[in-house]
Amino acid sequence: MNWLMNYLADIPGPLQIGFGGLFALLVMGSILAVALPKFKPGKWDDLKPRMQSWWVMCGLLIGALLLGWQAFTVLFTYISYIALKEYLTLAPTRKEDRGVVLFAYLMVLVSYGAIWINNYMFFLVTIPVYVFLASAVMMALTKRTDGYLATIGILQWGLIVCVFNLGHVAFLMRTPAAEVPMAGAAGLVFFLIFVTQFNDMAQYMWGKIFGRHKISPNISPNKTWEGAIGGFVTTGILFVVLAPYFTPLTFWPSVWIGATLPVIGFFGDITMSAIKRDLGVKDTSLLIPGHGGALDRLDSLMFTAPWYFHMLAYFALDRF
Amino acid sequence: MKKYFRQAIQIFIARPVAHLLIGLDIIGKEHLPTKGPAIVAANHNSHIDTLILLSLFSSRILPNVRPVGAADHFLRTRTLSWVSRYIIGMIPIHRKNAGSGEDLLADCKTAMADGKILVIFPEGTRGEAEEMEDFKTGVARLAEQFPDAPVTPVYIQGAGRVMPRGSKLLVPFNCTAVIGKPIRWSDEGAGEKYNFMKNLKTTIKDLSQDAPPMKWD
Repeated sequence: MNWLMNYLADIPGPLQIGFGGLFALLVMGSILAVALPKFKPGKWDDLKPRMQSWWVMCGLLIGALLLGWQAFTVLFTYISYIALKEYLTLAPTRKEDRGVVLFAYLMVLVSYGAIWINNYMFFLVTIPVYVFLASAVMMALTKRTDGYLATIGILQWGLIVCVFNLGHVAFLMRTPAAEVPMAGAAGLVFFLIFVTQFNDMAQYMWGKIFGRHKISPNISPNKTWEGAIGGFVTTGILFVVLAPYFTPLTFWPSVWIGATLPVIGFFGDITMSAIKRDLGVKDTSLLIPGHGGALDRLDSLMFTAPWYFHMLAYFALDRF
Repeated sequence: MKKYFRQAIQIFIARPVAHLLIGLDIIGKEHLPTKGPAIVAANHNSHIDTLILLSLFSSRILPNVRPVGAADHFLRTRTLSWVSRYIIGMIPIHRKNAGSGEDLLADCKTAMADGKILVIFPEGTRGEAEEMEDFKTGVARLAEQFPDAPVTPVYIQGAGRVMPRGSKLLVPFNCTAVIGKPIRWSDEGAGEKYNFMKNLKTTIKDLSQDAPPMKWD
């Protein structure tokens, strides 16, 4: 037990508090999930599977963060694969494209391989440049031309959001410890994911309580101006208050990111909603009980990850 | 020993492949039979279908689940035959002997009398990817023999895209299994072979509406 105590004591302070706070939130949510259906049967029935899934997702995330960048890269390689597969399951493809789809799956490994060997330039050119070119050629070689442009566009859109954009989360784990003395690279990553999910939740709560004016009824009928703005302000304040504990950002840059990141997360959400509308589905799969598919959970992160990454790189980190 | 070997392979290899590599959404799991004699009837487009159906059952029931397959296909070579019998637990049907007076379903009947759950593809062949062929009468004849045994319809979507007939390349896409309410020979009114099959086929077709849209051509 001694080594375990030492190990836990070595976790940076902000992360200890972050994990502890998350644990408290999960316990609270679980109590509500058991209690609420007793008061109003029927209305809160999906809260229980939803909370159970949160336990699993937080467990995987915290476990991987504690184990280090290797475990985290493996976890995100798999998450990118699941997301890309879910996307390509719903998006239209042609019978002849099976080989190109398999190639796209394999390129997930190459892209995360660049993160594993800590080569940022390699990462930057893999998906957006060379996989982009190679997949276009491969699909041309299938010789079927009807629907070519639409299908290659569909495939490449998926590769960018599911593999390249999400990859930035894993690459942040390679930030040298010296650059992030407050909570380490794991603190940077934890903060990004926490803020992104908090933003989704804050928008939902504000919308539920004060929502009146719909933003875009034909894309996402539940989104209101009240929910969005309430969520942006709450998340923005949370970001500025917590940034000094998790990131090397100074005050004004943290205000800038706090103001923009929640809006970018909202854009990710609404973009995935438009895609789901186009494909005629409500949820992208049944993978996560109470939540829907992987894409339903990752939509905001696919947009916030590169923004957070590049803003940190510009204002604070020498590594990128 | 053989029983545990099969169970172990199915739990540690087949199920992770179905759920973690390919991806499987299950709708209506509560309709699955938990004890035999029972029949699970599904549409058939791919070898992946068997993998998916076996992955639906809890590990406790798995040893009692026996897929039915064509002897002329699965007993072709010694290795394939060994895999089919001892890993998949297949009951082979010698469909080439049809009309010889031999009861082709004898082994199936014995297994059902023994309390097994049979997995049957009434189309009898994998056919074109993501299309349904006419049903063969075998499933109705088994239901007639065991009029109270539940026949559970399952619609599988997407397996023909993961591995179509004639392809050796497995390309993962999520699949969906929609399980419907069981039907029985005894509650079919005048349990008649062709009515029963027609009903079963319509039921499986209707289940396909609960699966997500699939755009693949």
